[in-house]
Order: sequence, then structure tokens, then C-alpha cells
Amino acid sequence: MSVIDAPRLVEPEAKVRKGTFHRFIRQRQAKIGIALTAAVVLLALLGPLLLPWATGYTSTEFAGRPFKPEGLLGTDNLGRDVLTRFLDGGLRLLLFAGLATLLGMVIGGLCGMVAAYRGGWVDSAIMRTNDILLALPQLVFALLAITVLGPQPWVLVAVIGITHAPRIARVTRAATLAVVTEDFIRASEMYAVPKWKIVVQDVLPNITGPLMVELGLRMTYSIGALASLSFLGLGMQPPTADWGLMINENRIALAVQPWGVILPVLAIAVLTVGTNLITDSLARASASLNVGESK
Amino acid sequence: MTQLILRRLATSVLILLAVSLLVFIATLLLPGDPAQAILGQQATPERLAALREQMHLNDPVWQRYLSWLGGLAVGNFGMSAASGGAVTALLGERIGASLVLLLAAAVISIPLGLLLGSYSALRKGRAGDHITTGASLVLAALPEFVIGISLITVFSTTIFPILPSVTMAPPGEAVWNYPSQLVLPTFTLVLMVTPYIARMMRATMLEVLDSGYVEMARLKGVPEGQVILRHALPHALSPVAQVIAIQLAWMAGGVVVVEFLFRYPGIGQALVDAVANRDVQVVQTLSILIAAVYIVVNLLADVVGILTNPKLRTGGAR
Amino acid sequence: MSTSVVEPPTTTKPVLSAQDLRISTTSGQEILHGVSFTLQPGKILALVGESGSGKTTAGLACLGHFRQGLKHTGGEIHLAGTGNTGSILDLPEQERRKLRGGSISYVPQDPALSLNPAMPIGRQIAEVLQVQHYGRSEEERSARVAEVLAEVGLNNSPAYQRRYPHQLSGGQQQRVGIAMAFACRPSVLVLDEPTTGLDVTTQALVLQTIAELTERHGVAGLYITHDLAVVAKIADEVVVMLSGEVVEKGPAAEVLYQPQHDYTRKLLSAVPDLAGKRQVGRVAVITGEHPVVGRESTAAAAARQQLSTPPTTDGGKLLEVTGLKLSYGKTQVLDGIDFSLAKGESMMLLGESGSGKTTLSRCIAGLNDDYKGTVRLNGEELRPGTRARTPEQRQQVQYVFQSPFSSLNPRRTICESVEVPLQMSGTLNRKQRRIRVREALDQVRLGESYLDRRPGDLSGGQRQRVAIARALVNAPQLLVCDEITSALDVSVQASIIDLLRTLQAETGMSMLFVTHNICLARHISQRMAVLQQGRIVDLGSTDEVLQRPRHEYTRELLANVPTL
Repeated sequence: MSVIDAPRLVEPEAKVRKGTFHRFIRQRQAKIGIALTAAVVLLALLGPLLLPWATGYTSTEFAGRPFKPEGLLGTDNLGRDVLTRFLDGGLRLLLFAGLATLLGMVIGGLCGMVAAYRGGWVDSAIMRTNDILLALPQLVFALLAITVLGPQPWVLVAVIGITHAPRIARVTRAATLAVVTEDFIRASEMYAVPKWKIVVQDVLPNITGPLMVELGLRMTYSIGALASLSFLGLGMQPPTADWGLMINENRIALAVQPWGVILPVLAIAVLTVGTNLITDSLARASASLNVGESK
Repeated sequence: MTQLILRRLATSVLILLAVSLLVFIATLLLPGDPAQAILGQQATPERLAALREQMHLNDPVWQRYLSWLGGLAVGNFGMSAASGGAVTALLGERIGASLVLLLAAAVISIPLGLLLGSYSALRKGRAGDHITTGASLVLAALPEFVIGISLITVFSTTIFPILPSVTMAPPGEAVWNYPSQLVLPTFTLVLMVTPYIARMMRATMLEVLDSGYVEMARLKGVPEGQVILRHALPHALSPVAQVIAIQLAWMAGGVVVVEFLFRYPGIGQALVDAVANRDVQVVQTLSILIAAVYIVVNLLADVVGILTNPKLRTGGAR
Repeated sequence: MSTSVVEPPTTTKPVLSAQDLRISTTSGQEILHGVSFTLQPGKILALVGESGSGKTTAGLACLGHFRQGLKHTGGEIHLAGTGNTGSILDLPEQERRKLRGGSISYVPQDPALSLNPAMPIGRQIAEVLQVQHYGRSEEERSARVAEVLAEVGLNNSPAYQRRYPHQLSGGQQQRVGIAMAFACRPSVLVLDEPTTGLDVTTQALVLQTIAELTERHGVAGLYITHDLAVVAKIADEVVVMLSGEVVEKGPAAEVLYQPQHDYTRKLLSAVPDLAGKRQVGRVAVITGEHPVVGRESTAAAAARQQLSTPPTTDGGKLLEVTGLKLSYGKTQVLDGIDFSLAKGESMMLLGESGSGKTTLSRCIAGLNDDYKGTVRLNGEELRPGTRARTPEQRQQVQYVFQSPFSSLNPRRTICESVEVPLQMSGTLNRKQRRIRVREALDQVRLGESYLDRRPGDLSGGQRQRVAIARALVNAPQLLVCDEITSALDVSVQASIIDLLRTLQAETGMSMLFVTHNICLARHISQRMAVLQQGRIVDLGSTDEVLQRPRHEYTRELLANVPTL
């Protein structure tokens, strides 16, 4: 029987509650990530209010009219004001990405925890279903669903949420398995604590680290997937103002009117880099390796 | 060991069957009549009935599933609703074109990712490591079309207009006859996948370098280079192989966006068109093909895992 | 502290000498505060200390190796016979590397982690020879591999050399580690707790191998350990370390039997001994036939009456286990266990790893419900699994887990963890429960200041006390303790044993003490059962089993256990 080297083993668990957030926020990349994300989120939230007078402005002047509030960055091939459409186009993306992530987290998190805690055939059933769903890449799965159901917003949210679920379930299951082997779970079992209570009291608080990391990661991917679908013309449908769709509509004229492409590309890039920086900082703070390594 | 691999193979086949069932059921949900979709609104009832008969639409569902499955096995993928031609004819060349793109990207990104990951693990905490991890963190966050458009902006429109932004091989001619057109799509895929491989390699290497047997090798006086090559690397291979497999399979999905962006005449482009036209047979076929790629690549990764682990290889007996 | 340091008489020229060695963390906190010792050829110096004393750090420094996050800040290490007159710590990394494995070699604590799992053992030994340019040809080197394997008592056939580490037992793995260390005929050998984790018989064999080889080849050994009984068996000289400082050093006989420093005395007094000559705590050891557990305590009065007559009558039986069997697939873990436990009695369940002792204790506690056979409490049959048992039955049998680092939820306060049994038996409100938890914490000698702290703020010993409090909070009749001191330092172990005995006297409960450490027998139990491969091979009063063991296995254990 080995003697446990007390200081080393105690350290990671010690002061987890205050420590994790502190360790997270102390990192420079966390601060940068929050700043980048906040900038785009604010832009998406407040954008629609910024240039109300320009909404609906159209012009045949393609190249833009510098120093005038209307048409500051020019118009697109249909003569619509690029800046207004850009300011209008972020909110839906954020909202749908958030909903899809939440859906995936709830389904995947629950399945992962139940699979690991119950074990046996429940575990096998959930994990085999996962394997099947994982065999189709996220985008292909989404395209299949869109073929059948059409590109409605609820389909987009549901299909991205559902394709996240097996990936989240895997991570949650692994994290839960590490906790489930601990003796304090067995102690609760011994005192016949109801199973749901064990999950809520003993399991969940001990896997918040990996779950938070997964939340950030899936948010990044949701944004990417939604924007990609719109970019393919299979997500948001015209005439909706949407960043992904804007890129699709304006990329033919990239050389003549670059703003219609560059603005939304920049916004999506800044947003996803921001959320990914936050996620990576979270992963470092909760000191779990290998998170965020696979799609 | 053979038994282990055979069992793994059987699981793969089962998963592929389950996926085919899933895809088949999904298409049953589609409203409307496939025969009508192929022939259009003006079709006469006689022709419709004939086509229905020809497509076995009157058979029970399970029989249709089985014959579809049988068709898949022999390379008969059915009829395309949009073009009216056989799916096989539509996809034949495109599969080759996509494979060229995927292989080119894999050949570049796998060694590159492994090298960068090992490099930054060995230089942990130094400038080289910070630059590599920082860059991979940023690149890993970006959706593929953002990377692609940035590359187009830089290399074909504004700053160095040296490379073509779209693929324009004349019909009937192979894509690889125009290598300059392959550069940007390949490069986009490489930038997409390499960060993940590099990050995983770095994490695994760090873990292995921290292990008892690596410390022991150092305490035995083994030179550092030999420590890394003989004691660290072999243990990093298996977990990284898993990630490479997932990345390759994921590339098979990501290639859709890249092909669409560069108008590359591959299966991705075909898939987007088919979805837009609700061309079920084509979507079905491509979904199954891409799933098969995923399953095969994963199987290979698991075999690598079994082969590099002496515990599994020797059966674990004492 | 230096007053008690006795310089050892130098007879020959030392092979290795460490002078005023100082090591800090990279953030500047000093770990070793000037440690000095010397190694003589053919002699073994034991570096003794509890966890966190810096003994491994000092040992690795002898090889010029510092773990990540540590740096050398002062002091010198001289190694004779290498052509280097200066301190080896001043050498560049490349030069230091050449010394390792050749002039000075290392035997790690856990061979299962330290041998490369993907390389055959023969090649791992050959690798040292190769990098040290031992011998002139490949043939000479492979001959040496075979020779050194034979020296450590292993099979040296080519087939055996092609085995991977996982195909060997723990003892064999450790001997491969020793063979690797001896391969290049080093002049100094650093051994880092090489027998921790091995069972008693294997430990004896490994210790013997080490002693023989060091003596035969005139190798100086630095033996790092926390186990004073092992020190008594193998060491010529002893250095005692306490939080990065040497508090006492000298010949083994002097340090072990006439300790000067308070810490050494405390450490020695905490070591349990088989004969029961010493007390590990305040409670007297058990030497006679069925001695009385407690002294004067009203709660124990009833139990005392029971105990003054040997528990032969069935009426006194609290726990009765009959025909208990359990198997996982083809492996029979428990193969027909029968024994009983009287009220107020304490029984030791002794077994090495793999004997099924933990499984047995878990079956009794209801944590394992796969068994066949019956477990009766007060004559009433208990159903397998705690969820199938009545709340009263759950309350009467309590179980304490081996590792206090795992048995408490790090996210819950001590009060929240300890009150779980009360919550589930469910008659008290929140306020009453808190009062009851405070009483239980008092019982285990932890104050109410611990109520709202979390496990992370507590030491291992304190955590184990909390775990015991959780078991006591419902006033059980039977306490099952599964290896509860094996994860703790020896001084902490002593205080826990002391606490258990006192508690038993106070409450009159029965106790089943599961352990691998036979030395604890007289300190904890009136009766003992020896478990081997799922069967009880020896059963009787502690005195009986220790004095007149009936089974060969028990005799072998007793012969091999190191004693002070």
C-alpha cells in the first residue's frame, strides 16, 4: 500500500471553488477572449439600434459614399446598405447558436452522466447510439436534415444541438466516470441516498470544470456551423440580414466591394476566436488536459 | 489480438448498417413522391406508374431498404431526382477529385501537425511554444469559410494576386492537371486540421514526458534524443492517431464548405447542390459515403492503438 | 536542531557526499534547507522521513536530477571515482547524464510506472549498458543482461527477456528495476521506497537481494523510505529528515534504539510492533487472552460485561457470516467465508492485496451485493446491498473507506458530508443534525471549527477522522474499517488507531479492522482472521494466531515481516 504524498494530492482539489474562477480570470488570454466576445456581442445586440435612419436605405451607387451617414461603406449588389445589414445581421446568429449549444448541453450532459453513473446496458445503449450519430460529420448530418425538413430556423437549432449532443455526452461521460469511481459516491450509495440526489449533489458539482469547457467549445462550433450553413445558402434564407448569408451574397463582388464580405468575416472571426480563448483559459483553469482537442 | 481487431471490424460494419438505416428512414420522412420529383409536374400517370415500378416504390419499406442497401454494396446508387441520371454517373469523377484534395491536405497536415505539436511540447513555456499554441488556438476557432475567404482576399484579390480563387477545369478534364488551382483549397483544409493535430500532439507529448518511464529513462542516463524517440513518442502515437482519424473524417465534412467556396468540382459541391434541389438519392449516397470514410479511418486508428499497445497485442496474460 | 546531530564515524573514504544541499521551488520556496550526508562503499544509508520531508528530492539530487518546478540553490555533491573533483551539480547536463546509470543508478518507487510498458524488459536493461558503453560488443552486453537477471533471482532465458512489464508480477518488475540499476556495476545506488506496494514476502525477498548485491559488489546504497521496520532490517546508517532538514543521523543501532531527537522518538513510538512491547498511542496494547477493551466508561459497561467472559455463547454474537462466496467471471474472489464477531469485540481481517479482504468487508457493509451466502446481524439475516436493507440495519453497520482523499466530496462542507447518514435515517431537523454532527466531530477530536470547512483544507489524518465521524454519527453497532490507515503516515496511523480503540471503549461497538499490516494486530484486535485467496486460513485470538499459527501462510508472513 502506498503512502499518499499528501500535499500533492490535496492541492488540485483544494480551494477549487474560489480558485477556478480566479485562475481563469488571471490569464491574459481570458481577458482578451472576454473583450473580443463582448465587443461582438454588444455589436450584435446594439447594432440594430445604431443606424435606424439608414435602415432600408438603398442606392445604385455601388462603391459607397465616404463621410456620409447613409451608405458609409457602400451597398451590395441589390443596392442595400452594407453597414446597416451588417449591424442587423449578428443577433440571430448569436441567439440560434446559444439555443443550439444549450440544447446540446442538456441532452448530451444528461446522457453522459446517466451513461456513466448507471453503467451496464444503459451505458452501452447510449454510447452505441452515440457511435452511430458520430459517424456522420456535423455538417453532413445538418445537410441531411435540411434536405428533409427544409432550412427553417428551428431545424437549424435542433440539428446543430442534436449533433453536438453525442460529442458532449462523450466528454461528460468521461468526466463522470472519473468521479463515479471515487469513494464518496459509494458512501452516498451506502447511505441509500436517492440516485438523482447523488447525481445532483455529488456528481454535478465535481464535473462543472469540464462542462464549462465543453459549453465554450460547443458555442464556438455552433457559431461556426450556423454561419457555414448560411454561407452555403442552406441556413438563413434571403432577404434576412445575416453574416453568413451576407458573405455568400457578396463574395462574387469581393474585388469591387470588399466590405460586404470583410465586415461579417471579421465579426465571425473575432467572435469565434474570443469564445475559443475563453474556452482554452477555462480548460487551463480547471486543469483538465485534452479538452478542446477534438471536434 | 486478431480477435480484438475482428471484433472491432464487426462493430464498424454494424455501425455502418445503423447509419444506413438512419439515412434511409430520414428520407422516408420527406414529403412528396420521388418519382414525381424526377419526372416533374407534367408527367403522365402512366409514366409515373412505370417509374414507380422501376424504382420499386410500391414495395414494402423493408424491401426497399434491402434493395437500396444491396445497390450500395454493388455501387448502384439509384437515380438522381434533379438530373434524372444515375447517381453513379453524376458522382464518379467528383469522388476522385475530392479524394485528391483530401489526400493532399492529409499528407501535408499530419506530419506538420505532429512536428509542430512535438516541437511546442519540447519547448514548453518558451517563445516558440507560445507562438505555436497561440496560432493554433486562433486557427482552430475559425470556421473554414473564414479561413478560405481570408486566403482568397490575400492571395488572389488584393495583396498578392497570384493564385486563382476558383477552380475552373474544363469539364471532362482532371483537376490535378491544374495544380495552381489546388493550392488554395488544400491550404485551407491544412490550416483547418493542423491546429487540432498539433494541439493534441502537444498535450499527449507533455503527458508522456511527465511519465515515470520517461523520468526513469533520463535517470538511466539515456540521451535526451533517444528518450524522446524511443520512450516518449511510441506512447504518444495511439491517442494522436485517434485525433487524426477524427480530423480526417471531419475534413470529409469540412470539404463541403471548401469546395463550395472554391467551386471545386468535388462531392461537396454536389452535396450542396443536391440539398438545395432536395435531390434525395444524391444526399443519401453522399452521406453514406462520408460515414463510411469516417468509420474506416476510425477503424484504422483503433488498429494502430491495438498494435502499439503491448498489453492488447500480447493478450495481457501474466 | 543541530545539537542532536551525531556525526558518523568515518572509517573509509566516502563514495558520495552531499554537503549543505539546498533546493527550492522555482517560485522561491526552499524545500531542502541544507542537507548533508555521506555514503560508504558496501554500506546502506537509510534516508527516513514522512511524506513531504523532501527525502525523494534529496535522493534525486544525488543523480543530479531535479523534478519539474525545482531548482538547485546551494550545496555540493561529490562523487568519488569518476574523475570529477568538483561537485557533480556543477557539471553540465550532458556530463551528469553520463554518470547516471553508470556510476550512480536509481531504483524507482513504482516499477509499474517506471518501466517502459512498450519495451521488452531485456531491451530496457540492455539500453543502460548501451548508453554507458558497457562492454565491447553486443554479445558481451547481452551476456551481462543475462547475468544481472540471474543475480536478482529472475529467469534469464531469452523468452523471459522478451516479456513486457505487464506480463510480470509487482515483485518481478521491481527486481527488473534493480537489475537495471546494477547492470553497469555502479558505485552508488539510490533506492526510492523500492518495496512500497509489495507484499511482505516479496518485500523480504527484494530486501535480501538488495542487501546481498550491495555487499558483494561494494556498492554504496541510499535507501529512501518511511518504514522504520525496513530500516532496521537493511540499513547500516540512518538519516532522519523532517520538512527538508536533517534532524538526526548516526549508525542504525543508535538512531533506532537510542534516539536523541524528539521527532525520531515520536516516529519510533508510532511504529506498531508485532510483539506489542510498545504502545502506539495512549491505549494499552492487547497481549493477554481476550483482554478488556475499555477501562472506565459507562457506555462501555455493557460491552465490558460481555467481554469479560470469552464470547463463546451464541447470544453474544453480533455478526455472523456463513458460506460467503463471490466470483467475478471465473475468478473466485471469496470462497466460502465463515466467521462471527461478538458484541464489543474487535477483530482484525488480515490479507495481502488480492486476498479478497476488501470485497469481504464490502459484502458485509452492503456495498457489494453480488455474493452468495448469509450475513446475519443480531441473528437477523441482512439482505445483499444497502438499498435492500432496512434503515435500522443500515444504521447499525457502518463502513469507513480506505482513502480519505476519495471518500469525502471535495465540493461539500464537512457538516454536509457527515450529516448524510442522519439525513437518510431522517428524524432530525437541520439544526438537530448540526448539533449531532458537532458531537461526532468532538468524538473524533475535531472541533466545531471544522463544520463549515471543506476536505481540501484538511490533512489526510483529519479527513480520515471526518470519515470516521460520518460512520459514528448514527451510533452503529459494527464499524468496518477497510485499510483506513494505509494511506496515512505512520504517526497519523498511530493517532487513528488510538482514536479507534478509545471510541470502541466509549461506545462499546464491535469493530472489523481490515488491513495488510500484521504489525497492527496487537494494537487493535482481540481476535484475528487471516485471509488468503478468498479463504480464511487462520482464525483465533490474536495471541493464538501470532504465537501458534496453524497455517503455513501465516507462518511465512510472520517470518518475513520486518520488525524493529
